[in-house]
Amino acid sequence: MTPLALTSFTATSAIGRGLDATYASLRALRSALAPCAFETVDLGTCIGEVAGVDAVALPPGLEEFECRNNRLAWLGLTQDDFAAAVEACAARHGRARIGVFLGTSTSGILETELAYRRRDPASGALPAGFRYRGAHNTFSLAAFVQRALRLSGPAVVISSACSSSAKAFASAQRAIEAGVIEAAVVGGVDSLCLTTLYGFHSLQLVSARPCRPFDVSRDGISIGEAAAFALLERRPASLEGDAVLLVGAGESSDAYHMSAPPPDGRGARAAMLRALAAADLVSEDIEYINFHGTGTPSNDEAEGRAVASVLGSEVPGSSTKGATGHTLGAAGALEAVICALALRYGLMPGGVNTTEVDRALPVSYLRENCRRPLSAVMSNSFGFGGSNCSLIFARADRSR
Amino acid sequence: MSTLAAYVDGVGFLGPGVGDWPAAAGILTGAASWESGPTVLPLPQCLPSTERRRTGPLVRLTLAVGLEATTRAGADPATLPAIFTSSGGDGENCHEICQALAAPGRQLSPTRFHNSVHNAAAGYWGIATGATPASNALCAHDGSFGAGLLEALCELAVERVRVLLIAYDASYPEPLHSVRPIPGSLGVALVLAPERSAQSVAKLEAAGSDAPADQMADAALEALRVSIPAARSLPLLAQLARRTSGRVVIDYLDGVRLAVQVNPCH
Repeated sequence: MTPLALTSFTATSAIGRGLDATYASLRALRSALAPCAFETVDLGTCIGEVAGVDAVALPPGLEEFECRNNRLAWLGLTQDDFAAAVEACAARHGRARIGVFLGTSTSGILETELAYRRRDPASGALPAGFRYRGAHNTFSLAAFVQRALRLSGPAVVISSACSSSAKAFASAQRAIEAGVIEAAVVGGVDSLCLTTLYGFHSLQLVSARPCRPFDVSRDGISIGEAAAFALLERRPASLEGDAVLLVGAGESSDAYHMSAPPPDGRGARAAMLRALAAADLVSEDIEYINFHGTGTPSNDEAEGRAVASVLGSEVPGSSTKGATGHTLGAAGALEAVICALALRYGLMPGGVNTTEVDRALPVSYLRENCRRPLSAVMSNSFGFGGSNCSLIFARADRSR
Repeated sequence: MSTLAAYVDGVGFLGPGVGDWPAAAGILTGAASWESGPTVLPLPQCLPSTERRRTGPLVRLTLAVGLEATTRAGADPATLPAIFTSSGGDGENCHEICQALAAPGRQLSPTRFHNSVHNAAAGYWGIATGATPASNALCAHDGSFGAGLLEALCELAVERVRVLLIAYDASYPEPLHSVRPIPGSLGVALVLAPERSAQSVAKLEAAGSDAPADQMADAALEALRVSIPAARSLPLLAQLARRTSGRVVIDYLDGVRLAVQVNPCH
């Protein structure tokens, strides 16, 4: 594929609002996972909650989109001058030539969960003022972001569970390559809700402690929330050396099970191989891998095997979900931004919370930060339904 | 927006009172009259019995239209990248989860939870057919068919492979039905190819348009078009059914619709 530039990017998660706070937390090996006190949830689990989301005011005129997910989206969009970068891009290409490709798994479902507690006792009706289109519907996120950024090109939500926002990069890349658009706002936003907290609990996939990816005693995920965005454009004629490019994307399906990967990780392997082929790179070119690394016994085992079979056992890797929690539909975009920071600063972030790496997993798992100039890195995202996506990012000054 | 071209190699259709694509084509050409009725969903024999028990109506709907389209196209479903697009996914399942979460104890069924993901139909499609290429799961509210068609055309243009597009929607039960009144289930599937083959029935050339979307001349079909998001495909399907050349505009977003030139291959 033709590499595309991330001309602006930003992330907001439990470890910080914007890039500086995110990078500072990564440098400090800080985990933001804390005992769950969200809403009325009574589960013994830890979560990565973004502070202050409900205090965020949406831009005037966009009240129809009020919900936690869109408030988190707006909090994310207002960091790192991201909206200004989109505005400059719109001035170059026109508002209709910029697409919006965003991932979310649960959109504003929290509003519906709360509304179901307030149904009319006689008729069963939802409370007056319930907004399906602006809050509940999966597309609400892209509709809101498109309106908030005053764009008028194609817009879509990709909702493939925990691979959603990684796949948003792949879809946007195709639309640019096909000539449909010149640039795209890509990313993901997922926010805390009862469906995912109680749902993952019902599947016995949630840890009672902060999650410990790749640890010998890992016992489940910690759920988080995040908003992460990137502005994808054709590579400009001149680009700073530390600019970050999307150079490869690979997708596959497991065709195996709705909520578990095949133990040999063959679907993950196929996605990574396709990403390498798209990037025209070989496995030795990948210097760091940001694992999907959810912290469940079977997910990490399947991913470890898949990574070892494609990249070998020596490439350093970590999961940043010990710091941020598993941000589900936003994880792909959040970890893409973390990869972009890794490339910019030459920092491979250590995986926090993990104290004893599982020796049965054939990978080189980083528990401490490691500084080294990086030129190409990979990020994995895998979701329910067997939906897999691997992305490869590289520095613009990478020499081959 | 550049023009994107594709050949239609196979169509699948299931909707209220309409059992397959030939039946739909007869109605869309005016050769037969349409009487709305239940959307009859066949049991998916291709799923293992353990999985079959867990499948909801939407999985049956998408398997039926996807297999009809791939059969007509002479394509092995296991080999095709697939794009699934739906406004609301499984509304019944969503209702049950919200109801459980509002009840004391908040007991959620694990199967309900993993079926709640928007890509559930895509996941079961893979399990049923063994398809391991990329699958996608999209949503653009009422414009979901347009979004799916655009994604399919981009994937085909870039990857130069045949792709399968499946657009589908179903009703919510109350109380969600009152705020999102989708009256019934409807699924449409298209196998799209980059090159003409013996199976090709028409060539599509699509471009962005700000013209209003075409409406159906028949009032009942027009009501269907606007009430079920996947039925926004009807003007395109009608043009395919007529087997004549013509240009249709289908809905996507306000100001971003798709103008599709349809030219039959035979």
